Amino acid sequence: MTSSTTSATPRSRGGFDWFAVAALLAMIAAFARAIFFTPPERLQGYAQKIFYVHVPSAWIAFLAFGLTAFAGAYWLFLKDPRLDRFAESSAEVGVMFTTGVLVTGPLWGKPIWGIWWVWDARLTSTLFLWFLFLGYLVLRGAVEDRDARARYSAVVAMLGALLIPFIHLSVYLFRTQHPMPVVANPTGVQMPMVMVKTLLLSLAAFTLVYIALVRARMKLATERDALLDRAGAET
Amino acid sequence: MTPVIATPPGTFAAAWIIARKDLAIEFRTRSAFMSAALLSLLAIVIFFFTWDATAVTPIDIAPGVMWVTFTFSGILGLHRSFGVEAQERAMDALLVAPVPREAIFLGKALANLVFVVGVQLVAIPAVALFYNLPLGDTWLALAGVMLLASVGLVCIGTLFAGITANTRMAELLLPVLALPFFVPIVLPAAQATGQLLAGRSLSDAGSWLRILLAFDLVFLYACTLAFPFTLED
Repeated sequence: MTSSTTSATPRSRGGFDWFAVAALLAMIAAFARAIFFTPPERLQGYAQKIFYVHVPSAWIAFLAFGLTAFAGAYWLFLKDPRLDRFAESSAEVGVMFTTGVLVTGPLWGKPIWGIWWVWDARLTSTLFLWFLFLGYLVLRGAVEDRDARARYSAVVAMLGALLIPFIHLSVYLFRTQHPMPVVANPTGVQMPMVMVKTLLLSLAAFTLVYIALVRARMKLATERDALLDRAGAET
Repeated sequence: MTPVIATPPGTFAAAWIIARKDLAIEFRTRSAFMSAALLSLLAIVIFFFTWDATAVTPIDIAPGVMWVTFTFSGILGLHRSFGVEAQERAMDALLVAPVPREAIFLGKALANLVFVVGVQLVAIPAVALFYNLPLGDTWLALAGVMLLASVGLVCIGTLFAGITANTRMAELLLPVLALPFFVPIVLPAAQATGQLLAGRSLSDAGSWLRILLAFDLVFLYACTLAFPFTLED
């Protein structure tokens, strides 16, 4: 997991990003399989197809936040600027995927549950993950000093990672309505293999897209920092 | 005021000295306390007019009003906690003092706890009066809920006040960062308060109290450890 935190090798300027193209192709393949080659679910019909976007987005959202917190924790000890740039990039890409979860969820909820939103434990945790991500980015924008920015955001991300289980637990006791996990279910996978395969393909494609976007965003951050250093050296 | 000491005080002794210093400043000016208490009273009164009193009984809405009010008035007070250190760069003096940095956090948090509890001591009788609450038998259990929730509130608030004090738009950033962290405090606290006011026993609210206690322990420890990392070396 940490290998992606250290693979911050800035590539040559203007080089063609083959990785991003591969990620995009994987995403198209996953969508094609989900739409054309996976049968619709018996009870939910075509509404269930959003599952192949919703679940991988949620997976990436939580992965992105976890890695942001991890990178922050490591930064506090190693002070490697690449770790902070990774945390920044992962948080920004994470906001995008979290927004995806929060948009696709209600689109499915309306036809299946009859309402757009319920105060379920998983929905609420994801909503607060989104709030945490945005607060984290606002904080980063409000601190000029690079070192202070990395320190503050590392602490906030780590505490945020501690917070999510507490929100989940307290809202779970409050009430819960979200469907139980159909894949990571203790009684076994509750879903036909053809759907599981589509979901796994989709998970892989989303993970590749996440990595591609973080790489592109880190490249931008590296160039920005280099530019700031040059401007600082001249004055 | 500060006693002359030959050896540096231990963590808890230093925290106590810092808390006393903050409380002495607050006690002499009383500006933040007055504002926070007044804000609480105003919020409690204004909330009363935001719903149809013939449809919902005041006792049903009171826990929510109390906890929303405490959260926002608490933030007002916590913001001041590091604001006073910004003047004359007093924070630098604290940092060069021969005390562990954890002690600065614990001292600040203790002073903030006294502040928040003080505001609650003004606000709770006001809620009881205006919302006609039966506090007679439940006040001790309610005080326990208040204290448990306040410890968590103050830990998060103190740490984030320390962070945001050094940023642009600190007064806006503190609530934006801290409010998500108040969910696992306000939700159980409001639920437990509601159950106590409905005449249920403390053991009925047991699972809510356990969440509050777990939150307090985890975040008191985590925030104390994290605070030194927010300071410059």
